[in-house]
Amino acid sequence: MGVLKTFKTGGVHPPENKLSEHQPIEVLPLPENVSIPLSQHLGVPSVPVVNKGDKVKTGQIVARGEAFISANIHSSVTGTVTKIDDVVDVSGYRKKTLIIKVEEDQWEESVDTTGTLIKDCGLTPEEIVKKVNRMGIVGMGGAAFPTHVKLTVPKGKKADYLIINGAECEPYLTSDHRLMIEKGKELMVGITIKMKALGVNKAIIGIEKNKPDAIEYLDELAEEYKGISVEPLKVKYPQGGEKQLIKALVNREVPSGKLPIEVGCIVHNVGTTYAVYEAVQKNKPLIERIVTVTGIGVERPCNLLVRIGTPVSALIEAAGGIPKDTGKVVSGGPMMGKALINLEVPVTKGTSGILVFPEATSQRITQLNCIRCAKCVSTCPMTLEPYLLGLLSDKKRYEHCEKNQIMDCVECGSCQYVCPSGRPLLDQIRVGKAKVGQMIRERSAK
Amino acid sequence: MNEVVLYSVLSIGGLGTLLAIVLYIVSQRFKVIEDPRIDLVEDKLPGANCGGCGYAGCRNFAEEIVKSGFLEGKNCPPGGTDVMKDIADVLGLEAEEQEPMVAVVLCSGSRQVAPPKTRFEGLNTCEFAHSLYAGLSGCPYGCLGEGDCVVSCNFDAMYMDENTGLPVIIEEKCVACGACVKACPRNIMELRKKGKKSRRIFVSCINKEKGGVARKNCKVACIGCGRCVKECNFEAITLENNLAYIDFNKCTLCRKCPPVCPTSAIHEVNLPPRKNKEKKEDKAAEA
Repeated sequence: MGVLKTFKTGGVHPPENKLSEHQPIEVLPLPENVSIPLSQHLGVPSVPVVNKGDKVKTGQIVARGEAFISANIHSSVTGTVTKIDDVVDVSGYRKKTLIIKVEEDQWEESVDTTGTLIKDCGLTPEEIVKKVNRMGIVGMGGAAFPTHVKLTVPKGKKADYLIINGAECEPYLTSDHRLMIEKGKELMVGITIKMKALGVNKAIIGIEKNKPDAIEYLDELAEEYKGISVEPLKVKYPQGGEKQLIKALVNREVPSGKLPIEVGCIVHNVGTTYAVYEAVQKNKPLIERIVTVTGIGVERPCNLLVRIGTPVSALIEAAGGIPKDTGKVVSGGPMMGKALINLEVPVTKGTSGILVFPEATSQRITQLNCIRCAKCVSTCPMTLEPYLLGLLSDKKRYEHCEKNQIMDCVECGSCQYVCPSGRPLLDQIRVGKAKVGQMIRERSAK
Repeated sequence: MNEVVLYSVLSIGGLGTLLAIVLYIVSQRFKVIEDPRIDLVEDKLPGANCGGCGYAGCRNFAEEIVKSGFLEGKNCPPGGTDVMKDIADVLGLEAEEQEPMVAVVLCSGSRQVAPPKTRFEGLNTCEFAHSLYAGLSGCPYGCLGEGDCVVSCNFDAMYMDENTGLPVIIEEKCVACGACVKACPRNIMELRKKGKKSRRIFVSCINKEKGGVARKNCKVACIGCGRCVKECNFEAITLENNLAYIDFNKCTLCRKCPPVCPTSAIHEVNLPPRKNKEKKEDKAAEA
């Protein structure tokens, strides 16, 4: 096979800990109540179209995304809307949320709930994008960027490659891995639909080498399809970063401050691709997703198919309950995820995993002074200087932060991970990024 | 030997004279003519460069005063009326009477009344904590307790109370420059009129949530019941978004509102103790 493809600069090798990689996807029973936040995606929150007391069916639209960067939200269960209230979500703040009391499951008539594979898609590219928009599909890798925006090639640009991100470089998480093994055929159809929508004839699925079964299976399936190839990648974090993946697979570099389309690439996650298949071929909106529930102390690490809006506590219960000495519960991967402030937070479209960490491993190491070892500089996959950006942001020199390309930071957290002094580099950079982003917006508004 | 000394003295001396002439010509040619009054005004200013006046520093403020030629709407918070009068004398202008101001903390959610429900780890600045979550107690408007305001204070007029986890302002030192107001990501700090004998009454809460929700996180939150609004005879209190606010320009310190507040969110500062003190304590105990 020769040398495995990867991105060149930086990266780290955290312990993989893929505890649940051999656990098949299980369907989680419906909870009593679901709370569906109206802001599950990047961009403008959706506007509710149902009122308190309304009966809703599974798959019925409950909130409309009216702005360009926004997404529709559908009811994930059948039941009655009991409240439209502010509830704490993953962000740690109270956000507008629909609370639905669950009754017996009854799907919207248009949805095809059978498992039959439908290969052919007779829709035109515009119709596909419209349908994806209507079904409320967002990027399921974590950032939850509305997919219909990413399926529209801006005027004057041309896409050469569709890159399917199956790297799953975050430790612990296995939801994409299981999806590739169990829903490989659907995934392939999803890719052909996306290729049609984008007008590209080459698609590459990038998978890290620690998932040999997925690579083998998809490779086999890809023989049937023209233009789709599977590429094994070296195991290195953040291999699944958009820009890193493009560098690794097609050896192109996305210019600073630009989107991947600038170099003719479009990157989609495997989860999103599967959701697009379901939306286009089965008329099924995005109302459920696969969530990995895992952690060192967890009794039964597993991959669950969960309806959006289910409380996190129900997921942990299904994995054998919360261990006694739990110190932290994280939503997302261990590198980029966010600690939860309580367990009643609902699962949203962007929740890829729930990690439970014991007290002993959940604390940060003591903060010491920077010793100028430059480990963060050599680790940064975006070739930035994290120690400098952290310092500049700390001293409120935001114009200098901008000059030092702070907006290129992908917040992968590698710098903070390798820092021997336990400096809160990413925290500082995040503050700086928010400030610089604000400055840029103010400037463009003028 | 003598010759060496002679030559060097001559050559260096000659060079020195030549350059001095060049420098003199250049300095005459490119002279910056500055209003001498700027220096005089700057001398009168405290020189703290706190930015409380809204300009980049004392020099900048002095330039601005001289350039504009009037004093209306301009104020040096640390210097107050005295300094502005001095400046008026220098420029032959009339100074406005300046009301002394002081910074107040509009949050009383101490660890005792708003017990922490979570643990916070990471960069210890309010700015970061604000971007991350609602706060230890769960109140999305309350003090985060990381002390950005204390760091921003150039006059040593603030410190964090270790017991309550809230910032405390030392009135005597506070010059109302407004640095803490800018530093707080939640706008908890406010500049209020210092008042006669530093007496003032204010609502120490900025929570805009509904009463029940606010109360769940914090025992001393303003629940927007509106009892103080009814009690006030001077229309000094307004109720907006479940939050009462006392306008310091209208408040006459009649002290009618604090006893009716069911959560004791209205604070009195530097007022003499009440005669019917027992009654108030009973109410506080009930709350």
